[in-house]
Amino acid sequence: MSDTIRVALLGNPNAGKSALFNKLTGARQKIANYPGVTVERVAGMLTLPDGTQMEAIDLPGAYAFDASSPDEDVTRKVVQGEFPGEAEPDILVLVLDAGNLEQHLVFAQEVLALGKPTIVALNMVDMAERDGLKLDATVLSQALGVPVIETVAVRRRGIEALKAAIAEARGQVGTLADRPKMDATERRLEARTIAKATVFQTSRARRIGDRLDNVLLNPWIGPLILLVLLFVIFQAVFAWAAPLSDALDAGAGALGEWVKAEMPASILRDFLTEGVIAGVGSVIVFLPQIIILFLFILIMEATGYMARAAFLMDRLMAGVGLSGRSFIPLLSSFACAIPGIMATRSIADPKDRLTTILIAPLMTCSARLPVYGVLIAAFIPARDVGMGIGLQGLVMFCLYLAGIVAALVVALVLRGTLTKGEATGFIMELPRYQLPSIADIAIGLWQRAWVFLRRAGTIIFSATVILWVLLSFPQAEPGESQVDVSIAGQIADGLNVVLEPIGFNREISLALVPAMAAREVAVSALATTYAIDATDEEAEAEGLASTLSKRWSLPTALAFLAWFVFAPQCLSTIAVARRETNGWKWPAFMVGYLFALAYIFAGITYWSAVALGL
Amino acid sequence: MTLESLQPGHRARIASIDWDALPPADGKRMRALGFEPGVEVSMAHHGVFGGRDPVAVSIGRMTIALRKVQAAAISLEQA
Repeated sequence: MSDTIRVALLGNPNAGKSALFNKLTGARQKIANYPGVTVERVAGMLTLPDGTQMEAIDLPGAYAFDASSPDEDVTRKVVQGEFPGEAEPDILVLVLDAGNLEQHLVFAQEVLALGKPTIVALNMVDMAERDGLKLDATVLSQALGVPVIETVAVRRRGIEALKAAIAEARGQVGTLADRPKMDATERRLEARTIAKATVFQTSRARRIGDRLDNVLLNPWIGPLILLVLLFVIFQAVFAWAAPLSDALDAGAGALGEWVKAEMPASILRDFLTEGVIAGVGSVIVFLPQIIILFLFILIMEATGYMARAAFLMDRLMAGVGLSGRSFIPLLSSFACAIPGIMATRSIADPKDRLTTILIAPLMTCSARLPVYGVLIAAFIPARDVGMGIGLQGLVMFCLYLAGIVAALVVALVLRGTLTKGEATGFIMELPRYQLPSIADIAIGLWQRAWVFLRRAGTIIFSATVILWVLLSFPQAEPGESQVDVSIAGQIADGLNVVLEPIGFNREISLALVPAMAAREVAVSALATTYAIDATDEEAEAEGLASTLSKRWSLPTALAFLAWFVFAPQCLSTIAVARRETNGWKWPAFMVGYLFALAYIFAGITYWSAVALGL
Repeated sequence: MTLESLQPGHRARIASIDWDALPPADGKRMRALGFEPGVEVSMAHHGVFGGRDPVAVSIGRMTIALRKVQAAAISLEQA
């Protein structure tokens, strides 16, 4: 399509580039990976005022083309048209933070030296004004020799002007004069000169951010606030989501009942009610929890608090041979290990990065929430243990804590053995605080929810269907248990030999097989198993939680929870680890050590619980 | 005096940076963030629980988190 122009957005990290991108494209974004690397390629289509179609690409933030991380390397290659399979952009939109021009203009020099048609978006001018800066965009435009548009992405200011400027620049492709080549020091000097000329007034307004940092980065109060915040997040995930989850659960139940009433009894009806609706439905109910967790993560990122959290965590991470930079990938891993492992690209040191990848699956991802959720609901009474803290939430918190402690211990061991190396550094910009834009958060949440629903619709659906087939054939004779006779039952009998010593029953063995595809399948697998095994209508109509509480002993349930703290099974995580480490060696090691730990700790939990008479 | 011993709230100018003492990747990043002789810095925050690892340094209009080892490579003079 020769009519479509390709526009790449680039700039320093924290320039407000993604907010600008969101305002340009709205929610119509396509997120994919650049081939061969796991850097996310975010693109969106829009129509310019003159009717031209435009594809906008949001490139990873970069301080310089002289790459020190895989992200920056992608940015350089795409901009220079060197990225295989990615056409060279026609126009560049260079996003600069108006409040930090002296710094952002250094990279700007490098971008402009390419001689490509460029438009500068002078972003966050409102924040610069709040900080006491007055800027003259005309001066900047003259100094840089390209159009400068003042924008406030979060408030949509300047977006239409930016679109118009892009449309106009289209006519001038390739007309920029050659610029002198400069080295890093010259670029910085030039940046300083231009910034001085552009900013015509500076008042030393005491920045709100400084005052916030005095509290949030206080050596004693800061870590406490972070700990409380993390605790609140996990309480919220459990408490706020409950009514929504119940509603979804009731919806799935009602749908099953309706299908049952409307369709004649047949194998197809059983497939729909026992396989599809029971299976997929039992996973969808955890969508609210995943959304709430991501809501907090996105807000922490958008406000700039996430970098402070990394700062506060650096000391602890240094203790196990990592740095605060690992905190962000690890926190993302609480939602899902895949974006978490992908976020490790920002860690420059290869051994640091490898260690972070290897421990990322120990962070309790949202796929484990369904498993924890069902078991906690079934076995842990909803009691108040005082101060408004629920016992269920507390147990959940302990499970998360167990994963974190395990991750730290594993990191310490790895850094002393397999990934031995010098202590790594920690250099990180702490961005200014910002009020998050609701639209940006909403777009982020929508994208996460969509990824989850797509998984539910594909991987989880397929795994559930396959399991249902394995469970339903061959059909049992009257008087026999369907599960005993089925193919799946026979597979589980074999597995059970290994898993029985750690207190697992056959239904668990059975559920763990399809759960290799994705952890949360364990829940739908259990739902499917018990739905098929249900002898009467009443038992079938019961929720999974109440079924489990009747059929499992408490030690078994606790052992199952312990297993899932380590739970290595997730094909996508293994695949992404393989891609990130360029081979099978490290993913194989990861799966091996996780299985070993899962087995050992499930065993310890089971036998301890039995010994305590639980 | 080096940067890591600067007290919170105090300002100073960078006299020199011992680039050889830093891993090349760290040096590259610090240069990209504007650490250079002649630039004024101030100590914004010390790390958790009274430790100085990491520290947060104000440079230009940015706040940058650094570890003690990196800060120790930066020699200061009076601003």
